[in-house]
Amino acid sequence: MWKTVLRRVLIMIPEVIILSLLVFLLAKAMPGDPFTGSINPKADPAQLHHLMEMNGLYDPWYQQYWNWVVHLFQGNLGNSYQYQEPVTRLIGSRAINTVWLALLTTFLTYCFALPMGMFAAKHEGKLPDTIIRFYTYITYSIPFFVVLVIGIWIFGYVLGWFPTTGSVSATAASGLPTYGSHLYHIILPSVLGALFGTVNVVQYLRSEVIDAKRSDYVRTARSKGVPEKEIYKHHIFRNSLLPIAAFAGYSITGLLNGSIFTETVFSYPGMGLLFINSINYRDYTVITALVLIYGILNLLGTLLSDIILSIVDPRIRIE
Amino acid sequence: METTSDFLNIKDVNTAFKINGKYYDAISHINLKVHHDEILAIVGESGCGKSTLATTIMGLHDPSETKISGEIEFEGTDLLKLDEAGYNKFRGAKIGMIFQDPLSALNPLKRIEDQISEVMTYHTNFTAEQKHKRVLELLDEVGIVNPERTARQFPHQLSGGMRQRVIIAIAIACKPDLIIADEPTTALDVTIQAQILDVLRKIQQENHAGIILITHDLGVVAETADRVAVMYAGQIVEEGTADQIFNKPKHPYTRSLLRSMPQRDNENDDLYVIQGNVPSLQKMPTTGDRFAPRIPWIDASAHEANPSMHEVEPGHEVRCTCYKSFTFPDQTGSVKV
Repeated sequence: MWKTVLRRVLIMIPEVIILSLLVFLLAKAMPGDPFTGSINPKADPAQLHHLMEMNGLYDPWYQQYWNWVVHLFQGNLGNSYQYQEPVTRLIGSRAINTVWLALLTTFLTYCFALPMGMFAAKHEGKLPDTIIRFYTYITYSIPFFVVLVIGIWIFGYVLGWFPTTGSVSATAASGLPTYGSHLYHIILPSVLGALFGTVNVVQYLRSEVIDAKRSDYVRTARSKGVPEKEIYKHHIFRNSLLPIAAFAGYSITGLLNGSIFTETVFSYPGMGLLFINSINYRDYTVITALVLIYGILNLLGTLLSDIILSIVDPRIRIE
Repeated sequence: METTSDFLNIKDVNTAFKINGKYYDAISHINLKVHHDEILAIVGESGCGKSTLATTIMGLHDPSETKISGEIEFEGTDLLKLDEAGYNKFRGAKIGMIFQDPLSALNPLKRIEDQISEVMTYHTNFTAEQKHKRVLELLDEVGIVNPERTARQFPHQLSGGMRQRVIIAIAIACKPDLIIADEPTTALDVTIQAQILDVLRKIQQENHAGIILITHDLGVVAETADRVAVMYAGQIVEEGTADQIFNKPKHPYTRSLLRSMPQRDNENDDLYVIQGNVPSLQKMPTTGDRFAPRIPWIDASAHEANPSMHEVEPGHEVRCTCYKSFTFPDQTGSVKV
């Protein structure tokens, strides 16, 4: 088990190096320089030249890359031009919001989707199955931002049950009320995200359960005289969860970088909203840092998936 | 043979599958008896309904997709009248089944020990310790060299032969009276086949069980069976002792099957081939001799309109009267095919 994990982590190292190289070179390939916009346009070109030289921007790319990596390890991702504060601090304060939103959304998605997929498969071809499949197709085919806008309109504006912007109420007292306010703000976006994000899990689980129902090992279990309920519990359900488990890692990190819609519509101060704003303001240091973080998150997601899979599936463990 | 009781009595069993909303018979009017201490082989080519018969006895068909009629009397109980819970008291406990494909018949995510002891969980009051002891005993009995180690392993860590032994161990865990072995050696190579058959025979002798051995391999039948039932297109066409079937075959299908077996002392290198195919379920004729289309050189008048079983000797029955005038085309030399 630990060998599998260790091996996977070692494989990740070259992946991260290649990723950082790509991100760095793409950022370098972007037109313009970091100073032209921030100094007096009438300034002497020699002065700009001097600034560039001071900051090592004329060094060969590998030298610059090396400096960038050294700074990365020192936790220095540079300063945001727009906010005039260190990128690490800027992202750090946003990341926590996004993580909570993603975790709650993922949790709720599985809460809705697992029973639905199971139920549909158990009643394959019958009315409940048809209804659930219809539901997943409908939710899949509606663009998510439309759902968000309608959701805000109904639950935030017409009914007034939930706040429509921000991550915390400005008037909430510190301590427990703050956490309560945070939770209150993410309920609507995560419930909407979960209700409309079930399609993958439901469809995967449904087809896996239907396959498992007809598999030879389930027939063996039936020939042992195991009651149908126990067969579902011990043989069908666990085996059908494999692809879902494999998917879990991706889906969590997918939500972390996929929260751009939700955060934009809800004006929720997370990484997605920061990303969109940085692009709008050409805040290159923030963009580079976020792209790198998203890339590493994806790698971590696959790692997480592999670890989960190696826990639940003995076939891929390395003994 | 006369002294042993028949504890499984299959009477007029029909199993029909639903295909596009209509039911088609996969096996029709099957009558069979199985005694203690005997191996009854059911032979026939693919699609003749042998496995359907096995799964019908086990009650493994989805009731919404199949229609089963007749009576399967097992030790005085008609299995077909039981509900699921009632059936589960027999499955695994009194009837054990060995499946064709050992590679997929075990749950890939469960340890061997758990898969074997699962049977005992539902049919015995064994404690965890007793179950563990029995698992090791069973693994030893089916010829696994290191039971302790195998019990802890997962199916993917075992070879095909070992997996089949595990499946046999599951089937015999509760000492069933009847073991149904559905092509137990098909997926295995020949040396393993012989070992598996030995294990089966040994177990049968120890437990005085009756075994239904389903196979298309006549070599296996010759080696193990006491009695043989030959099936063609969902019907039994000939039934008798192994000796009767191999030495005095009557039905044209049985004779064709035996003749299509490769023989060492055959001067002719050409293998005999039975023409045509088994008709599909939808195209199955409801009257007449179902084998007639595959022996077209035999005159139609030789067949019965509704072929029934005829006793030719005590214990030896054959369907239809066409066997009386049947000859192979090349042996008469005069019939053009």
